Amino acid sequence: MNLDSMTQASGEWLRGTGPEADIVISSRIRLARNLAAFPFTNRASAHQRNEIEALLRERILRLEVQPPFDYVGLSGLTPLDRQFLVERQLISRELANSEGPRGVALGAQETMSLMINEEDHVRIQVMRSGFSLDEAWQDIDRLDDLLEQRVSYAFSEEFGYLTACPTNVGTGMRASVMLHLPALVLTKEIEKVFRALQKINLAVRGLYGEGSRASGDFYQISNQVTLGKTEAAVLKEIREVIPTIIGYERKARATLTKESRQALHDRVSRAFGTLRSATMMTSEETMELLSAVRLGINLGLLEDIGIPIINELFIQTQPAHLQKLMGAPLDGEERNSARARYLRSRLRENGSALN
Amino acid sequence: MKCQSCAKAATVHLTDFVNGHKKELHLCEDCAEKQQLLKQQEVNLSSILQTVIGQHIGQLTDELGRLTCPACGVKYMEFKAEGRLGCPHDYQVFQTALEPLLQRIHRAVRHVGKKPRHGRIHAAHLKEIVELRRQLRTAVETEAYEEAARIRDLLRIKEATDEPG
Repeated sequence: MNLDSMTQASGEWLRGTGPEADIVISSRIRLARNLAAFPFTNRASAHQRNEIEALLRERILRLEVQPPFDYVGLSGLTPLDRQFLVERQLISRELANSEGPRGVALGAQETMSLMINEEDHVRIQVMRSGFSLDEAWQDIDRLDDLLEQRVSYAFSEEFGYLTACPTNVGTGMRASVMLHLPALVLTKEIEKVFRALQKINLAVRGLYGEGSRASGDFYQISNQVTLGKTEAAVLKEIREVIPTIIGYERKARATLTKESRQALHDRVSRAFGTLRSATMMTSEETMELLSAVRLGINLGLLEDIGIPIINELFIQTQPAHLQKLMGAPLDGEERNSARARYLRSRLRENGSALN
Repeated sequence: MKCQSCAKAATVHLTDFVNGHKKELHLCEDCAEKQQLLKQQEVNLSSILQTVIGQHIGQLTDELGRLTCPACGVKYMEFKAEGRLGCPHDYQVFQTALEPLLQRIHRAVRHVGKKPRHGRIHAAHLKEIVELRRQLRTAVETEAYEEAARIRDLLRIKEATDEPG
């Protein structure tokens, strides 16, 4: 499979469409599954990991899905390509950085992926643009049913799907919704939201999951509990809380537009101006400025530029994407200069500030 | 000095060592609180797990210390240190120790969600695999390599035919 062909497109989940797409970036569900007959990945010998990978790969490629999955073995990839898949959220950092036989099966439009030999033997993932948890659940449930006909899952009546870590046992399901919350960050109300979510046992993480910073004002809200609740009940809890957060963000946006429109307009225009003219740009600053521009577009403060191109830039300015676009490995300084050049060229074709 | 996250004056100065590299952070109070809050969220699961396993082990140490899974050879104490189980059979072997832990993490100890309709391995078949794994470990430990090879072949056949009908 040619990873380079993926560079140009932003992948389905960054398309910028779907319900509530101005605030909800994507909905994602993952299921942790293990084969009954093998030790968990961390305890499996190199030989067993080979067997697990070969068995799963063969069964996954035979699944009745159209189009069929593409399989990418990770041991054969360069660190740059592995990082590239992490940036696209197709594999976890753990899978990218671990060793031994492991890989990922990729579905059409990058909406489905199955990681092999991560912490669990299989981690199935489905991603959807916008606020679409139910559609994501339908897809992943069907995919899980198909795989279940081909392999024997480790399952017990009492504890459900058995996983390497007891925090995932039961449904093995982690459902998350990625939100863009720039106004709540600007008005400093975001902490209140976090505290409220913590109380109802939902976790908040940054753009790239556990341990990552909430750069670009992106936040992922997900469930922690996997035992003692049905998948439907967990999805309902998340589905019910998201509109409240969307409501808070909209209210904060309305307040900003009403009470400090001038300052906001200035902030957005400066961000856009910097992105279109700077000659050195770090990844962090890019995220911050793109976030302001994204807010500006959604509030009608910038015209002639669409959300899809901004969504694309969020990912294409990440280190591995940038290096693949430039066709050469670049060190930090070179990357900052290439990133600025790329942003200038992409944004000059498009957009102007609204006066 | 200005805050690294916003334009206000930095009042909180932190030095962090990440993979041996020194990393300095200069933040205003608001941003520091925000980062701290995020950090707390992130360490949540694994730190809860470590604390809970740690607390629980107190009274049962002797008994738990001796618990070893016959299939994969993982000791309860190893699970305690690493936070990861060795094989699916561990849930049965460590059941009494795991249940209070699951109660703390999930506020529940029984699964009520989806069940596989096909793919459930036959109990007798699983038992056989667990027994073969135990024999294999003994063979390797006693350096009975021919015996180990024979068991490995048997296991391979069992696992390869592990496709439900």
